[in-house]
Amino acid sequence: MTAQTEGVPKGLWIKCDACREILYHREVSANLDVCPRCGYHFRIGAARRLDLLFDNQRYKKFFGRIQSADPLNFVDSSPYRDRLKTYNRKYSGSDGVVVAQGEIEKQGAVVAAMEFGFMGGSMGSAVGEKITRAIERCLDRKLPLIVVSASGGARMQEGILSLMQMAKIAAGLARMRDRRIAYISVLTDPTTGGVTASYAMLGDVNIAEPGALIGFAGPRVIEQTIRQKLPEGFQRSEFLLEHGMLDLVVPRQELKATVARCLKFFR
Amino acid sequence: MASPTLPFLEPIENLRAQIRELEHASAGSKPSAALVKTRRVLASTIDSVFSSLTPYQRCQVARHPDRPYTLDYVKALFSEFTELHGDRRFADDPAVIAGFAVFDGDPVAVVGHQKGRDTTAKLYRNFGMPRPEGYRKALRVMELAGRYRRPVISFIDTPGAYPGIDAEERGQAEAIAFNLMEMARLPVPIIVVVTGEGGSGGALGLGVGDRILMLEHAVYSVISPEGCAAILWKDQARAEDAARALRLTAKDLKELGVTDEILPEPGGGAHMDPQAMAKTVEAAVRRNLKQLRRVRPDTLVVRRYKKYREMGMVTVR
Ligand SMILES: [Zn+2]
Repeated sequence: MTAQTEGVPKGLWIKCDACREILYHREVSANLDVCPRCGYHFRIGAARRLDLLFDNQRYKKFFGRIQSADPLNFVDSSPYRDRLKTYNRKYSGSDGVVVAQGEIEKQGAVVAAMEFGFMGGSMGSAVGEKITRAIERCLDRKLPLIVVSASGGARMQEGILSLMQMAKIAAGLARMRDRRIAYISVLTDPTTGGVTASYAMLGDVNIAEPGALIGFAGPRVIEQTIRQKLPEGFQRSEFLLEHGMLDLVVPRQELKATVARCLKFFR
Repeated sequence: MASPTLPFLEPIENLRAQIRELEHASAGSKPSAALVKTRRVLASTIDSVFSSLTPYQRCQVARHPDRPYTLDYVKALFSEFTELHGDRRFADDPAVIAGFAVFDGDPVAVVGHQKGRDTTAKLYRNFGMPRPEGYRKALRVMELAGRYRRPVISFIDTPGAYPGIDAEERGQAEAIAFNLMEMARLPVPIIVVVTGEGGSGGALGLGVGDRILMLEHAVYSVISPEGCAAILWKDQARAEDAARALRLTAKDLKELGVTDEILPEPGGGAHMDPQAMAKTVEAAVRRNLKQLRRVRPDTLVVRRYKKYREMGMVTVR
């Protein structure tokens, strides 16, 4: 496993994917998993994300017992059911997203942080259900919602039901708008496909980390369709900001403070 | 219309050609014995081919070049269709049609994907693959429908939203996402008819509604069988396996609770008798619209939320 796919790997020394510099692991970790030399943002998991956002790293997790069933009895190179078991063991049953409630600079909020390591953060029934329950919790308690996306899109192994999670969550977000409950979308590397084409783009405020791949179609699909190389920086956070799709591109060190300032406006 | 024939449909196409010749020969007089016999053979051939259709073959029927497209249904079901153009932001997208029409004497809004029949039209319609402007145009008309309390009829038939540089630059994802949210709270009945290909988010972007009707041989999937095979089997030729695994047929979707109603197609598929197909669609739209018109707008929106709230399958450890 490389740093590219799984945050900063364990071990004393690591190599930055961007600047190729050999770095001391503890130094990177203390810098919120951002390369101290070039500012490259390593991917981080849901637990780390929640720790970085909530005050004193304190929060209560919800809906951890909800997992995707295998509605299609899907089998490709191996049965989906087995794959789910393996990932659930590795990620203590997070199934793509971890929902928690706590305080962000003393303001109560619910955060749903996606787990990219869990089958590419793909959105199946469990992700849809947990984010929908997070929305309903926010509606009940008049709490703002923050979803931190990191996903390759819908989970193929759940077929049409994974696609319908897009509509389900969007319908929940419609209710939040109607009742003036704030929703902040944080887009991290990578956010593509059905997740981008539903809740990730529907924030009252859309904030991205620097250099994150964000798009509807994957770069390879686009290249195959138009049969030409894609321009440098295409579908990166800065490109989306330039094209008006994001409110802000904010480095990880400033993310919490930025979210907190937005929450103050919505309170 | 001459079009390249799919191998499994070849016996049917050959018999149809024979029948056309025999009909021509016996024009004006009583049908010849040969004609009667060939018609019978055609009927039984259709039965045997279509009773054992694989999911991937069904995809190919759904993509059949002669299959009726959205504007064919619009012509058959509605009167006074007034097509409206443009998203008021950037452009008009010919891959999506939208407008006003009259159904059973009452004004309705119509939106849908539009494919082209010949090469020029195919390119003009971008093979039915919308850009963000298409979704935004459709939403503009749907919002007018919401404001003036007119129901929306949406026709779904797309390989998917267009994966191109310009589409990404102008917010393909945002356009689809915004439609999902706005369609969820539109205070008028929305009837969705999946007529051919339901290509993932590109289909869903016009596809949130109170009733989801699906033609018998239409398909609706999170990813194309070819795309799925390339990713999961690393081999596009395994599309047959992927189509089976994805459970993308009308029957599958009915069982999974995504589709409300399957509309039976004429023998051999909608393209064999587009008029009969249109009659079936018309009757189903009429019946569903009658039920939905009785529901108060706020109740309609609450029920629509609950409909989607139910979708998915999870376990609680
Ligand atoms: Zn670096």
